[in-house]
Amino acid sequence: MSEAVSALKAAEFTGGIAEVTLMDPIGMISVRGDLTAAYMKKALKKAVGLGLPDTRSVQINGDRGVAWMSPDELLLLCPYDQVSDTIDMLTKCFGSNHTLAVNVSDARAVFRISGAHSRDVLAKLAPVDLSPATFTPGMIRRTRLAQVPAAFWIEEGDSFRLVCFRSVALYVYDLLKIAAQPGSAPVFYSAKP
Amino acid sequence: MSTRIATGGRLLNKSNAVSFSFNGKQLRGFEGDTLASALLANDQMLVGRSFKYHRPRGIVAAGPEEPNALVNLGQGDRFEPNQRATTTELFDGLQSESQNHWPSLEFDVGAINKHLSRFLPAGFYYKMFIHPRPFWKHVYEPIIRHSAGLGKAPKDLDGDTYEHFHAFCDVLVIGGGVAGLEAARTAALSGAKVIVLEQTAHWGGRAPVDGGTVDGTPVGAFVDTLVEELSTMENVTLRTRVMGAGVYDHGYVLGYERLTDHAPKTAGPRHRLWRIRAGHIVTATGAIERPLSFSGNDIPGVMLAASVRDYLVNYGVSVGDRTVVVTNNDDAYRTAIALTEAGLTVPAILDARVLPQDSALMARAKDLGIRVMMGHAVARVTGGKRVTGVEVCSQSGEGAVLETFPCDAVAMSGGWSPVVHLWSHCGGKLTWDTAGAMFRPDVNNPPLGADGHGFVTAAGAAAGFFALDDILHDAHAAADGVATTLGFKLPADAVSPNADRQEEAPLAPVWMMPQGANVKLREKTFLDYQNDVKVSDVRLAAQEGFVSVEHAKRYTTLGMATDQGKLSNINGLATLAGAMDADIPAVGTTTFRPPYHPISMGSIAGEARGDVFQPIRRTPLHDWHETNGADWEPVGHWRRPYAYPRKGESTHDAVMREVTNTRSKLGMLDASTLGKIIVKGPDAGRFLDMLYTNMMSSLKPGKCRYGLMCSENGFLIDDGVVARIDEETFLCHTTTGGAESIHQHMEEWLQTEWWDFNVYTANVTEQYAQIAVVGPNARTCLEKLGGMDLSKEALAFMEWADGTLGGFKCRVYRISFSGELSYEIAVDAGQGQAFWDALMVAGNDLGVMPYGTECLHILRAEKGFIMIGDETDGTVIPQDLGLNWAISKKKDDYLGKRAQQRTHMADPTRWKLVGLETTDGSTLPDGAYAVGEGENENGQRNMIGRVTSTYHSPTLGKGIAMGLVLNGPDRMGEVLDFPGTDGKTYQAKIVDPVFYDKEGAKQNV
Repeated sequence: MSEAVSALKAAEFTGGIAEVTLMDPIGMISVRGDLTAAYMKKALKKAVGLGLPDTRSVQINGDRGVAWMSPDELLLLCPYDQVSDTIDMLTKCFGSNHTLAVNVSDARAVFRISGAHSRDVLAKLAPVDLSPATFTPGMIRRTRLAQVPAAFWIEEGDSFRLVCFRSVALYVYDLLKIAAQPGSAPVFYSAKP
Repeated sequence: MSTRIATGGRLLNKSNAVSFSFNGKQLRGFEGDTLASALLANDQMLVGRSFKYHRPRGIVAAGPEEPNALVNLGQGDRFEPNQRATTTELFDGLQSESQNHWPSLEFDVGAINKHLSRFLPAGFYYKMFIHPRPFWKHVYEPIIRHSAGLGKAPKDLDGDTYEHFHAFCDVLVIGGGVAGLEAARTAALSGAKVIVLEQTAHWGGRAPVDGGTVDGTPVGAFVDTLVEELSTMENVTLRTRVMGAGVYDHGYVLGYERLTDHAPKTAGPRHRLWRIRAGHIVTATGAIERPLSFSGNDIPGVMLAASVRDYLVNYGVSVGDRTVVVTNNDDAYRTAIALTEAGLTVPAILDARVLPQDSALMARAKDLGIRVMMGHAVARVTGGKRVTGVEVCSQSGEGAVLETFPCDAVAMSGGWSPVVHLWSHCGGKLTWDTAGAMFRPDVNNPPLGADGHGFVTAAGAAAGFFALDDILHDAHAAADGVATTLGFKLPADAVSPNADRQEEAPLAPVWMMPQGANVKLREKTFLDYQNDVKVSDVRLAAQEGFVSVEHAKRYTTLGMATDQGKLSNINGLATLAGAMDADIPAVGTTTFRPPYHPISMGSIAGEARGDVFQPIRRTPLHDWHETNGADWEPVGHWRRPYAYPRKGESTHDAVMREVTNTRSKLGMLDASTLGKIIVKGPDAGRFLDMLYTNMMSSLKPGKCRYGLMCSENGFLIDDGVVARIDEETFLCHTTTGGAESIHQHMEEWLQTEWWDFNVYTANVTEQYAQIAVVGPNARTCLEKLGGMDLSKEALAFMEWADGTLGGFKCRVYRISFSGELSYEIAVDAGQGQAFWDALMVAGNDLGVMPYGTECLHILRAEKGFIMIGDETDGTVIPQDLGLNWAISKKKDDYLGKRAQQRTHMADPTRWKLVGLETTDGSTLPDGAYAVGEGENENGQRNMIGRVTSTYHSPTLGKGIAMGLVLNGPDRMGEVLDFPGTDGKTYQAKIVDPVFYDKEGAKQNV
């Protein structure tokens, strides 16, 4: 196997009202099952060392994490090279229960949007209330970014992690660059000057 | 003449003079001017020509209701037509030109139309241009297109950028006048999150011009204090230059922000469309003054009385040295007083009313020495390109001239209409206010939200309150009520400010001036300035039976111009009601639709233009295809290589080469776009048996099976190869366009009908790069990479295996859509490019070439394989395509089974799939129809079939095609006629659809 290649070659945008950076691939596992079952709790604990996230929430523990996706779906995050081990671990914990765990790491592209106006930049493209009081650390939104699906959460401070489909990575990067163009800050969700 | 005077101009920065141009003339204004105020300051009374009669027109108003002063603005990639001078803020270097005139504004040939106006009555187009019929398309329309129309269409690509912005709040206040600001303060004090939108660059609305005191403070200073208080509140967002454009269901509002129109050199987007979700909307949108209907009311220099005052107070512009004021209410007296106090002359106030005693404003006007003429009216305004005088008559008469006043301006006021547009967008009802002669929001019938309660509240003048004290109290009470319904509570010490009261005499409704105006006067009495609709037109429409207000509107075009009847609406309704002897509320209003005022197309598109007009989906190999000269074909949102033409090679030749090479040596196809959906669970087999027409539950792990999927109406919607991964897991391949929709189709059935099935699905399409390695050398190529036994014995046709090839972890499917020895190999997307490169190296001495989608099509057509979207079009069932072998007879049910048993579906005369071979080897035109005997009831030739796929096959050296033909399979060998659009008739013989290697020897090696 050769080095895994992300959807775009290095992509970094600076000089606007927010910085946009394409991140290295991370491990992502789509998990479906009964989220309230004991086997799920056990599997999450073993695989990522975390509990079940609340509705529309994400829990991060170092380079591992778990995000709520729907009433019967989770997205697990782990280092890219530990996906198969993690899936094996999950499968073992799930036993004979009706579940699904598949690797979707390569199906995605990951961006970081950071800077004082990152909330305003995202709100240009996603129909999400991004006010600091409403969208807080630990939340995740599965939403749309202009015309494509995307999900994002707060990494820390004013830095967001955004996940989209691999095939539209360039579209999403171009969108974010336009939304972050100089002189375009709505100054609505970011603090009043 | 109109000019700048030394005093006044509260919105101007007189230390910053700016230059601009109008029709090439260099003019000067100040920072803070609108284009309209700057034009008036330069005595540019004539600003355009009317739409129909090309009459000279001047500025009438000072706000978005302006019907006449539309200009072409800017140049090149920043050119924009139909911009309102009254809402265009002046900036240094602004370039404007008037519209709708030829050859020049001063001398317009089209003005001859006004002498023909007797021949251009209401409904003229419908009456005149109907006969003879062909004349419309070839004679009338081209001439009308040339003479009508407003501004020019832009020629260049828009040089600006635009964006959307999503915002959320509890209370959205639209309008930043005293009512809006007081409503915002009240809502904010109760704890609600508030956004206030103001369409102009200034707070306070009309109040600073109209005057008054609030709690002992002049209203201007009160506004400043209020804005200061609001701007310090954390829960309040104040935005100027944002117009509330439309109110939609569920508290959704569009706000139109003009970021750089007033400063075009600033970085950033030009417009921003705010997409706001509000818990409740307060429309504090004020009111618009109505013109009076008298002869010559469209001559430049005739203006709304309050606008004359606006220009004087806000911009220090005098519209005329001598201004006659004509009114039916007290408010216009403020204009007369302001003009007199500024040292200008008001020869008379013509007041249509006859009142028993003077109101305070009247007394004040009289004290200033202004002559007030009660019961008088304008008989006629004289002048052409500007007002020269006013002929005075008695309002109750027929227009006999009693006196003439030379003057250069007329300030008219016919009362005020609350701006109810935003209240009405979602169905808020109106009620007729007899005292004010106006429609006001009916508080008992607001637009209703999902909970059955109103979600819009009007406040202040927009609710029909005009005294400052009433406005403040109404706004305070409205916002308090709104906050309460949203669960907030206003602190007890937060009370409404109080304003000094000034009693006004009641208005008298005047819809025609003079009351008994004859036809001659009525024909020069304009209701809708922009569309040239006169009182006589509306009366004629009523006479001809267009008594419904919506019909009369369309027949006369009243209110259908870009100002959407802001000035003409009520006057037109009243005229119609008068002509019908009906009450105004019985006539009703036309429908208010968003946007309130035109918004730019760019703002609607937002960021979606150029590279991001639509998302383009790129496979992991996209860059390679691009570098290697791919001709692209859009497939869904994907781009797939159609072919890889080499230097000097036509696309057709490239396709032929790719087909021949794949058949004889080795071809490689990027198949990554095909959908891949994991279906897992104890009921997965049972589920797939319901989805596919054939049996999937009997498939053994390690094996693949081709399957067909139908909608519940029986029509074929998708096909693909299903691989059984293990006892509980299947991987379903879908078509490229079907990945998302089939996944959704599966989830819909699982979530709504078969919720008791234990099945999970996952769309893993983009996880993999999938590469088809096709041709006689395919196995050799893969064996060179090494790592798996791919012999016929180890991996037979329609089997799959996991393993590694050349060090790449992969899954190999031995499936064939070409009829050749073929493998489709899936690797993780991130490995796709490296794996493709490795294959190209391994295949180098085996004659490897990439091939595109057209080659794929020819290969499959030679084999008679159908393609979803070619052989199917949403009306085709598998039985039509001879795919009965893929329809299980053992299953009790599958989606579409019942539908396929309906009589129409089981009809033996349904067109069926056959192969078609031209008699001369040429290629049939795509989509051509086969014609049969006789004609149908419409006199058209009967059709007996159509071409669904057609190609030149380099393998067979002739044209091959597939088509659906009446009784086709029973007519083998028959020759059909296919008339082409090129005038030729093609003849093709019905043959078996499998043209190549029918026994499948080549794929089975």
